[in-house]
Amino acid sequence: MKPAPFEYCRADTLDEALDLVAEFGSDAAVLAGGMSLGPMLNMRLARPAAIVDVNSVADLSGIRLVGDAVETGALCRQADALDSALVGDDVPLLARALPFVGHFQTRNRGTLGGSVCHADPSAEIPLALATLGGDVVLRRKGGMRAVAAHDFFKGIFTSVREPDEIVTALRWPRSEPKTGHAFDEIAQRHGDFAIGAAAAVATVAPDGSLAAVSLGLGGIEDRPVLADLSGFVGAPATARTASEAAALAAGRVDPMVDPRASAAYRRQLVRVLGARVLERAFERAGARQC
Amino acid sequence: MTEGGRWIGAPVPRKEDEALLTGRARFIDDMEPVPGIRHAALLRSPHAHAEILSIDVSKAASHLGVYGVLTGADIAAATRPIPSAVRVPIDYYPMAVGKVRYAGEPVALVAAGDRYVAEDALDLIEVEYRPLPPVIDVKAATRDDSPLLHEAVGSNVVHHRTFRYGDPDKAFEEADRVVRLDWTFPRYSSTPMETYGAVAQFEPAPDRYTIWSNFQGPFILHALMCGALEVPGNRLRLITAPQSGGSFGIKQGIFPYLVLLATASRLLGMPLKWIEDRLEHLVASSSASNREDAVEAAFKDDGTLIGLRFFNTVDVGAYIRAPEPASVYRMHSASNGAYGVGNISVDNRLVTTNRLPIGLNRGYGGPQFFFALERAMEAGARALGLDVAEIRRHNFIPKDAFPYRAPAGSLYDAGDYEAGLDKALDLADYAALCAGRDRARKEGRLFGIGMATAVEPSGSNMAYVTLAQTPEERARAGGRSGGLATCTISIDPSGAVTVKTVSTPAGQGHATVAAQIVADALGLTPDDIDVMTEVDTLTSAWSLASGNYANRFSSVVIGAIGEAARRVADKVRAVAAEDLEVAVQDIELADGTARIVGVPERSLPFRRVAARTHWHPAGLPDGMAPGVFETAIVSPPELGPPDDRDRVASAVTFGFICDLAAVEIDPGTGKVEVRKYVSVHDVGNVLNPLIVEGQIVGGFAHGVGGALLEEMVYDADGNPISGTLTDYLCVTASEMPRLTIGHVDTPSPHTALGSKGMGDGCSMLAPVAIANAVADALGREDIDPPFTLNRVWDLAAEGGGAG
Amino acid sequence: MLRIEPGARHRVTVTVNGRLYSGFAEARTLLSDFLRHELKLFGTHVGCEHGVCGACTVNIDGRAVRSCLLFAVQADGAEIGTVEGLATDGVLSPLQEAFRRRHALQCGFCTPGILISATQFLETNPDPTEDEVREMLSGHICRCTGYEGIVRAILDVAGDAS
Ligand code: FES
Ligand code: FES
Repeated sequence: MKPAPFEYCRADTLDEALDLVAEFGSDAAVLAGGMSLGPMLNMRLARPAAIVDVNSVADLSGIRLVGDAVETGALCRQADALDSALVGDDVPLLARALPFVGHFQTRNRGTLGGSVCHADPSAEIPLALATLGGDVVLRRKGGMRAVAAHDFFKGIFTSVREPDEIVTALRWPRSEPKTGHAFDEIAQRHGDFAIGAAAAVATVAPDGSLAAVSLGLGGIEDRPVLADLSGFVGAPATARTASEAAALAAGRVDPMVDPRASAAYRRQLVRVLGARVLERAFERAGARQC
Repeated sequence: MTEGGRWIGAPVPRKEDEALLTGRARFIDDMEPVPGIRHAALLRSPHAHAEILSIDVSKAASHLGVYGVLTGADIAAATRPIPSAVRVPIDYYPMAVGKVRYAGEPVALVAAGDRYVAEDALDLIEVEYRPLPPVIDVKAATRDDSPLLHEAVGSNVVHHRTFRYGDPDKAFEEADRVVRLDWTFPRYSSTPMETYGAVAQFEPAPDRYTIWSNFQGPFILHALMCGALEVPGNRLRLITAPQSGGSFGIKQGIFPYLVLLATASRLLGMPLKWIEDRLEHLVASSSASNREDAVEAAFKDDGTLIGLRFFNTVDVGAYIRAPEPASVYRMHSASNGAYGVGNISVDNRLVTTNRLPIGLNRGYGGPQFFFALERAMEAGARALGLDVAEIRRHNFIPKDAFPYRAPAGSLYDAGDYEAGLDKALDLADYAALCAGRDRARKEGRLFGIGMATAVEPSGSNMAYVTLAQTPEERARAGGRSGGLATCTISIDPSGAVTVKTVSTPAGQGHATVAAQIVADALGLTPDDIDVMTEVDTLTSAWSLASGNYANRFSSVVIGAIGEAARRVADKVRAVAAEDLEVAVQDIELADGTARIVGVPERSLPFRRVAARTHWHPAGLPDGMAPGVFETAIVSPPELGPPDDRDRVASAVTFGFICDLAAVEIDPGTGKVEVRKYVSVHDVGNVLNPLIVEGQIVGGFAHGVGGALLEEMVYDADGNPISGTLTDYLCVTASEMPRLTIGHVDTPSPHTALGSKGMGDGCSMLAPVAIANAVADALGREDIDPPFTLNRVWDLAAEGGGAG
Repeated sequence: MLRIEPGARHRVTVTVNGRLYSGFAEARTLLSDFLRHELKLFGTHVGCEHGVCGACTVNIDGRAVRSCLLFAVQADGAEIGTVEGLATDGVLSPLQEAFRRRHALQCGFCTPGILISATQFLETNPDPTEDEVREMLSGHICRCTGYEGIVRAILDVAGDAS
């Protein structure tokens, strides 16, 4: 199991990287942490003519506050995000999702941007970004665009990224006051990609009713999806509301079927995980009031 | 030193560890034993079943860096097929000839300067296939209208034998209650962390082959390989690497590749190295069998088990590959398990399908056999309203019945099963556990308790596999019996001791235990003794059973070590007696000296006495041969040939295991949480408690994997869909339940040190103990492992089933 | 910018366990292969080459990572720690000692990677809970030990250090 031959191109600056992807187009694969690309290359499931290694591009690193958002460079290692106080304080959903991502050893190298680009439907980081309504920042030679995470993912391992574009950063909306976050998933083993994952964000009004609520679902459809829970705004932030909302979401999803799980089972996970994360998010939102 | 001056029984840290911990230990892929090695890669079939219409290797052969390309036709022209104990017209070659019969079967070999280039060339080989209908459903494969894997056999059922011991029909007539269970046992594999690897070199005039590998033989397979290569045994030299990265049996399955590489080395005229990659390992190495089995158990109302009928339908994969069908016959002569039941029938059908050929894996036939017996015991208890522990106690072979001759011929050496059961109940706090289950159920939770017991046969009789033949066929083939082990102990002119065990361990600490045994015999410390465990068939003393399988180290090999050590001790004592002018029986070896019993100040250094056998032969006692070089070859006398009623003593020792599992199932997700797991073992006298415990926990991990996670899945077209370690789910530290271990050890009268074989352990019982607990939790008997999330959720959601 | 044509051999210089090594690698040469077969540092093992088993784990610039998922050319100039560098002057590290005492290895094939991971893990988390140790270990597969001895050994060292 050894990779097929390729040309190795190490970009030292973002401009160099953009030149390279412009040159090779769909014949290039961008190499960040390599936790997803590496296995595909080794198994010869991916055979790009060129590898564009962006690990030396300083502009792609870092975690910073930009307006109302926390911006993480695409190359930000998952372990660094997990250690970051800024992420912990301002993007608690990401902080809660990261321990589910791979393992200690893969988080050391794996990047936030790489996970988003890979667009695995059960990956945690895309789910967290979509649930929060964050953006993916893309650059191409002479251009830049920000795409809402919701619009970024197009299906299993596919996104709207064009071959000559590089994901440079992710923008995570900062947490609002009186807002709770929760993340959970069911996998056959710890650290595996989830059969089903759920992320919840809820804001609770002083009277104990829901001012805002989102429920994101991973591993259920071919991309992370958001349940439409607008009907629950104003409802009491209770366990009962949580399970009703999850049941509604379960009724609306169109689950994938694979050897690990049937559609019925995935729907069930929406019910169970959805209720679980919503309830936890409600509690955490309430706890902030005191 | 330990109490009484004995190293045996002490938790001696392992001799092996320092090299392994510092990265100095050498495995096969670290070795470059000859210059000029080229690297082989194998093209493998993408189809489960297809005719090979043509293979065009021209582009690959002319690729820069490629030294040669071979196909199955080339290999078949240069070798003979490899036989098995089942005499059917199947020509098994290590590479597909004319037709592929499983996805992953080797189709062509490329030799190149490195593995990268070899794989590049694989991409350039053009094979034209004509797909044939895949045979994947085992039951359908047995029908007359099924497509055939081997047309010359005329059926996919390549072996069918029935056996009767006692009078099972009468027992079933007299039964108050009969339970029947049918199930599918999944296919899974031991997947050691190190894959197969070998370097093969052919040298002409006279033709001879040398192969370095992580094989764990030579075993009987050396003889089969010589037959395939058409050379006498002394022209096939097998050398094992100093260390092997785990096996659990599966590394026996490398032997067809050794034939392939040896032949390729000859045809291409260069030494060849091949390291199996993980994808190759998961689709094409070997695995345990999946089975479609059923059992019927006849009980009296008081719980007495009076009859058993086993119906085994075993998927052997695409070929019946030696030493198969051994997995089906390993437990056969212990078909009564730990119970005194005398009336047993067994119906064995072996079926070829378009799956990977089966072979040795941890527990070898044990997980499948005990699944039948112990599910039946538990279902019987529930049907009769009896406690699952008490029904077992009621049926156990009593402790005063040993040595006990089992109905199908095994001679159980020693045991106290009831004490083992009591220990398990005690460690599990069984009464409280049952009360907890009742409480949980009142709260609507799914909580279950399951048990299982096993006898653990160790130190195999080479003849048990001939049960696959009728008594008449056996008579025609000539007699077979025994299970030889060898050990050589030498002392060099410096007086230093070297032990060669030829036991090819893969992590079981043989070097440490051998050093403990020899240290005790010679009055030295384990640090004084060097141990080589690897095999070199040209220079070591070995025989048909040599190798590492069936827990044979602590049941048989220690006998050879002990015997060789005794001879060395006798010789050194005789030399010392002459020097000290006393009778030999007055000399003891202790504290690194040979000394007069009771007069420790009259002593000579051990080394000096031993060295004298080299330096001063003329000064030795009359008639004594110079030097110290003792080879012991032993075969346990219990291991006779099968009789004409198909009874055979299949193993030397029979350990005992009693496991108890408590599980809780999350009805929302189907997750099975093992809340408690207790395992009590009888391993006879413990040689090294650290190593014994390590083996027990390790075996448990395999059993848990089989119960909850691991399965080699094929889709309906025969495509393997668990071909990576992200799809084939090995247990990790986060999934391991806590294990409570207990011991009730009864010394074996069949072994030199009273020890019994051990090592399969919980790998045989955890699948059924957990299954029993799951059945109890769900209130239904129709359950098939592995108990993965979706499957268990489905079972729970459907509610109580057939039962 | 650095560009290496397919098939071209590129000089790679790394510091391994404090000593400078240099060798040649193609663009596609895996770091695991480079360490083992070019630098002849065979202590690092390869169990899957697809990033799951952890056998190939080495420390690069302070972090435990999978060497089968890195190309050798990416490591040019890096500081690499492998199992060969854990003992000092022939004296085993406390973690290696604990592994021996606790019988945390059988075949020892998985051990080098686990030692590298656990060493860095304990640097960043000197007083972990058992669950944290197991979570870290879940990035490794050991088929021999059932992990029990490994968990105990790591907790022993954590306990001693704190
Ligand atoms: S060999 Fe790198 S993770 Fe398995
Ligand atoms: S000790 Fe053998 S794989 Fe871990």
